[in-house]
Amino acid sequence: MHELLAQAPLPVTPGTYFGWGPVMIQSGNLVVILTMLALFILALILPFPGGRSRK
Amino acid sequence: MSTVKESSPDPELAGTGAYTWTGKSRQWFLRHLPPEKLLPEDQPSYVASWAYVFGMGAVAGLIFIIGSGVVLSLNGPQWYHVSSLGHFTNSVHLWSVELFFMFMVVHLWIKFWMAAWRGGRLLTWITGMLAFLVSIVTAFTGYLLQTNFDSQWIAFEAKDALNAVGIGAWFNVANLGQIFMWHIMLLPLAVGAVVALHVVLVRAHGVVPPLDAAATDAQLRDSTAGAQDPEAKPS
Repeated sequence: MHELLAQAPLPVTPGTYFGWGPVMIQSGNLVVILTMLALFILALILPFPGGRSRK
Repeated sequence: MSTVKESSPDPELAGTGAYTWTGKSRQWFLRHLPPEKLLPEDQPSYVASWAYVFGMGAVAGLIFIIGSGVVLSLNGPQWYHVSSLGHFTNSVHLWSVELFFMFMVVHLWIKFWMAAWRGGRLLTWITGMLAFLVSIVTAFTGYLLQTNFDSQWIAFEAKDALNAVGIGAWFNVANLGQIFMWHIMLLPLAVGAVVALHVVLVRAHGVVPPLDAAATDAQLRDSTAGAQDPEAKPS
């Protein structure tokens, strides 16, 4: 049983937090939000491959 | 029990055999969901844009979630908590969820600023919103199944909130067995059904055109005038 427990993942660590005044956000959540914003902007400005040759 | 077939007064039904509930259902489905709309071979020109990619990206994420979830449920927690392949499959499940939500949120933003509920697509918009809400509940029950200190913290923070709104006894986040069943049985069925309905509605009404789409585009011409598409390839 102890061997099995030793193989289990490490306990969850609190992670890194950023704060600006009353705003506080965990680094993982901030990365996800910034990625979504980047995808949104890129989807609007990047040309679609092969788009010109289609009907 | 009578087997006499009564003739219908409706001329549209004459000769179609649509006198029974199965026949009437077939007529309804053929009228509202014709095969050429469900599985189209061509799309309007404006669909060649990254703005039309993220909905199908979310569906692809969902397929990976269901596939990895089936493998996890076949092998069980003792496998995915301790073996290397189990950890990997668990991680595929988690990262598929991350991508599913990221694609779904970008899809939501793009369709919101396109006013995608235009042209009789209100039910498509509502089912998309429902898919988002049910997915949040499903992901929440998934976080409760990590069976670590993090999930314990989440469960007992949520317990107060769910008790406060009066559903804590019925949807008990402190009951791991109940939440396990919600996560692997009831909620996946709900997500699958709502997403399937959403995709069928998108097919039935066609993808929403951009706000500045040319009124001469094939899909618009077809839906507004019901005329033949002059650019359609001869069959």
